Amino acid sequence: MTDSTLTPEANDTSAKAPAPSRSLYALDDLTKKRNAAEKRFQAYGIAAILIGLLFLVVLAYSIISKGIPAFTRTVVQVEFTITQEQFDAAEKELFKTKAYERFFIGALQGQFEESGLNVPFDAKAIERIVGKTGGTIREYFRANPDKLGEPVAFELAASSRVDGYMNGRVTRETMTDSRFLQASDLDIVDALVETEVIKTVFNWNFITGADSGVDNPGGAGIGASVIGSFFMMLVVLFLSLPIGVAASIYLEEFAPQNRFTDLIEVNISNLAAVPSIVFGILGLAVFIQFMHLPQSAPLVGGLVLTLMTLPTIIISTRASLKAVPPSIRDAALGVGASKMQATFHHVLPLAMPGILTGTIIGLAQALGETAPLLLIGMVGFVARGYPDGFIAGFTEPNSAMPAQIYTWAARADFAFYEKAWGGIIVLLVFLLSMNILAIILRRRFERRW
Amino acid sequence: MSLFWLILIVLAIAVTGYVLGRARALSSAGGERSALHSLPSYYGANVAMKSAVPAFLLLICWLLAQPFFINSTISDMIPDSAIAEGSSRGLVLAEVRRTARGLDNAVASGAIEDDFASNARADFNDVTARLKEAGQIVTSDITQPVLRAAQQYRVLVASGNFYMSIAVLLVAIAGALWALRETNKDFRARNTVEQGIKAILIGAASIAILTTIGIVLSLVFNTAEFFRLYPASDFFFGLTWSPSFSGRGGSSELGIIPLLWGTFYISVVALAVAVPIGLFAAVYLSEYASPKVRAVAKPLLEVLAGIPTIVYGLFALLTVGPMLVSVFGDNGLGIMKAGTAVMTAGLVMGIMLIPFVSSLSDDIINAVPQAMRDGSYGLGATKSETVKQVILPAALPGIVGAILLAASRAIGETMIVVLGAGAAARLSLNPFEAMTTVTAKIVSQLTGDADFASPVALVAFALGMTLFVVTLGLNIVALYIVRKYREQYD
Amino acid sequence: MNEMPNIEQATAMTESKISADKVQVYYGDNHAIKDVDIEIQPRSVTAFIGPSGCGKSTFLRTINRMNDTIEFCRVEGSIRIDGEDIYDPKVDPVQLRAKVGMVFQKPNPFPKSIYDNIAYGPRIHGLARNKSELDDIVSSSLQKAGLWDEVKDRLDEPGTGMSGGQQQRLCIARAIAVSPEVILMDEPCSALDPIATAKVEELIDELRENYTIVIVTHSMQQAARVSQRTAFFHLGVLVEEGPTDNIFTNPKDKRTQDYITGRFG
Repeated sequence: MTDSTLTPEANDTSAKAPAPSRSLYALDDLTKKRNAAEKRFQAYGIAAILIGLLFLVVLAYSIISKGIPAFTRTVVQVEFTITQEQFDAAEKELFKTKAYERFFIGALQGQFEESGLNVPFDAKAIERIVGKTGGTIREYFRANPDKLGEPVAFELAASSRVDGYMNGRVTRETMTDSRFLQASDLDIVDALVETEVIKTVFNWNFITGADSGVDNPGGAGIGASVIGSFFMMLVVLFLSLPIGVAASIYLEEFAPQNRFTDLIEVNISNLAAVPSIVFGILGLAVFIQFMHLPQSAPLVGGLVLTLMTLPTIIISTRASLKAVPPSIRDAALGVGASKMQATFHHVLPLAMPGILTGTIIGLAQALGETAPLLLIGMVGFVARGYPDGFIAGFTEPNSAMPAQIYTWAARADFAFYEKAWGGIIVLLVFLLSMNILAIILRRRFERRW
Repeated sequence: MSLFWLILIVLAIAVTGYVLGRARALSSAGGERSALHSLPSYYGANVAMKSAVPAFLLLICWLLAQPFFINSTISDMIPDSAIAEGSSRGLVLAEVRRTARGLDNAVASGAIEDDFASNARADFNDVTARLKEAGQIVTSDITQPVLRAAQQYRVLVASGNFYMSIAVLLVAIAGALWALRETNKDFRARNTVEQGIKAILIGAASIAILTTIGIVLSLVFNTAEFFRLYPASDFFFGLTWSPSFSGRGGSSELGIIPLLWGTFYISVVALAVAVPIGLFAAVYLSEYASPKVRAVAKPLLEVLAGIPTIVYGLFALLTVGPMLVSVFGDNGLGIMKAGTAVMTAGLVMGIMLIPFVSSLSDDIINAVPQAMRDGSYGLGATKSETVKQVILPAALPGIVGAILLAASRAIGETMIVVLGAGAAARLSLNPFEAMTTVTAKIVSQLTGDADFASPVALVAFALGMTLFVVTLGLNIVALYIVRKYREQYD
Repeated sequence: MNEMPNIEQATAMTESKISADKVQVYYGDNHAIKDVDIEIQPRSVTAFIGPSGCGKSTFLRTINRMNDTIEFCRVEGSIRIDGEDIYDPKVDPVQLRAKVGMVFQKPNPFPKSIYDNIAYGPRIHGLARNKSELDDIVSSSLQKAGLWDEVKDRLDEPGTGMSGGQQQRLCIARAIAVSPEVILMDEPCSALDPIATAKVEELIDELRENYTIVIVTHSMQQAARVSQRTAFFHLGVLVEEGPTDNIFTNPKDKRTQDYITGRFG
């Protein structure tokens, strides 16, 4: 209590005034220290953001650099002619395919001599590079006898090791001689690349094909599981959009303040945070064990994902409904519309862009979900072909993109990893398009009240 | 009649009802629209609603109930002696259904005639051979009781479907007729239709409750079944996890402790990555960054949240794992044996959680009133002092809530740990060793070849139950804290 | 209060504490403050009055550079405190704000204990070497703010739990604890009831003995009650400035007259 004991005189002379003030121009030591701390703190913040962005860059780089090779395949392209006589002669031999292989190797030899290259090779090496070619060639001429006698260009898939060498997965340093590939073969490959006999072409089969067996990474394609994902998304869209909108309209416009409403609200917010795998358990127990719906079917996958996406869609739909100002409702009610009419004729159309945006984002989330699909049997190796027909698309066993990627990632052959990364690129292209669509919708129709 | 056609016919009845109802209402008012209580379309909708809704409800109930009746009937047909050693009634019934489906498909593709398929005296060896020939997958050779049951199953399904079609169509027509009868110009069609729509809306909203009930029931029943076969105390307190798929899992040790430890350890590593980075990023974005930087950096960080977890799983397995091995592995520090480890999964999961922590914290920091900042700046505090001593303490409850939500995410995350953490259940402190989690084991137990009735598969439901309870608890606490926090500044 | 104008006239000739010269403030393209020149006397209360949106609060906030925290805000001209230009690049706003404290419109105690609210400033500025010195600063600040007797037994309780008037006096005590030379008050009583307002006005009158006080108020009665000099702002322009009595009894400018007689505002 220093001040109150001061005498009036003391007050008058301002004895208790603050000490003569320091100049503002001079920074004291403490301020310098504090400013340094300030700089440090700011640097931590920048570092945190840069680390986050760095992760994003590393992730994007991994995906692109490792996934792009999945879209290419290496082929050996040779053109040669087999005459009717040669064909007949070959058909009379004991090992017929060997005979055809000789034609192939001969043609290759010719190509080398033409380019003036001199690389020694034998049939075994060629077999390691393109596999057994005789069978394919024989099949072709047996099926098209009219092609005999004219030049035919053959495009044969190179073995997966050569494919790996071409896109950097296998290098001279890392490879070890094996019955699959030897170091000397790489010299042949290099020569073949130079003569443009070995080429890299776009791998359409990866886009359109189905899953191959464990032993054939080269033939694996993501097409069938894209179809599986597509049918699942159809189920999710046609169930979650109407149900989500109906539930949101009820909760936002009609629900009275009571226990039942509270119960629903608590349920929705908690379901939004339940781990996805638990929804998989639900799907397995209820849809497959209890209702005996077909296992691995996109229909079941769609049902599970619908239940999983509903909370997200309900939350965003309610936000869009809430954003429609009450004056719109009042105006409709004021001209004698019922509450139901006001909602469906005025509020819902105005909220629609927001609802669609939320739904697309919910669908994108569902499209990338993996774990619940594994539990209901939608694993990659099920996706062996396209469904025959529209209804079959829902009920026939199939996989989905993320589950297919998982299956490839879990296989022992390293060549499948490249397919998994490639699959991720396909998946991300879909997700990106959906998100861009959502952003466009939002930009285009966003309304500020 | 297939389900598809049945649905189409019911819809056709509803559409016809709509047209008739509308016409009838108009004629009852003598073509005078204004004499009607409601718009004509409401009268039509009333008829359509009353024919289609009860019919579809009946259809759904029938489809759910029919398998029960058929299963219990079939089950009685199979003598105990037909159930092989190491098998169960459930497995045999599944075999029956498979056989019945095989017969159906074979008939549909024309490989065998319908007469032959339903011939009760057919020799089962013959049927098996014919089915295999027709390309229908037959897992084991069909036994005589199974074949009989399968044939009976086909009969029951066929008659069940027939009666169902009749009943559904009758209900649809009766509903339409009843609604048409009550249609006249004074009938309050709009009110009735709106009541109906409201009931549908309530039904849609209740799906959230049904989902929760579905989750709880499917977990509880199967968990109870598991505890019947395996002592609960061994499950909750067992220190070893070594399921044995052979011999119906009799010698399995299914202790959850190592899995919980793995889950906990990986989540801690993930949070140790995500919380500091996410929090600093949020502070920087909300307090320091210029609007331009914010407009670029915030959405870019949020891209991390939009990436599917399978991508992170692959990233862990193929990029981060090998990267860590090259530093900590045999060629580096020599403390890491393989790419799959707690560190790998935790680090990648942390990356996934960064935007989750940062955007939640960003919201919470922005909810701290500007007056707090002004008060602090007015006293001559620097920005960092304001953040550390005023904003963060004020936002603390909200941030704790956000971290709990992130923790619940980490615990429930599946794909990253399935691919990145390894498969060995282990109680160890070394973060560079492979461990496994509750979620990873749910996947492996339920996607393996074990039959659903054995403890090694059923344990997944007990694991799921544990996971559900833990995450639900965390979520409830977190949501409560966040809501209280928001109320404080509203 | 009655003798105040006399004292005021006596000190009018002393060197001014704050002197503003051709101050302009822009918010983006909006020219919010135009050509403001004003001299503010030490150890006195200067009131800024004017209709809302006239720029009085904006100008107040330029005096301790609180506008620095607002993006797109630009200040031109010079403001000198004790002859030193506070917008000089050598000046650290943090150090400036320790010298020029501020009390805001709405009481904004930190969500901390009463003690920590007061101790916050001294702690960050390193004013106390040990706990007992800090205790002294806290108790003397609370005494100066006339709050000591009300809160001495509950210093551990959160500052947010007090009444509005107490919260505002806590904020004043918090500002005093940093031992500033100037205290800026931005409508400090606008959120308070009449009794709490009276207490705060009484406090302002006491503080005048040690501090230079600038107060923005929307209430002319309040300006008349607490201030020795009054400045009238209108549309970003300083219309008239002089001893409070003169402004209210004998305004020179027509706009001032219109305002104080209630023609607009």
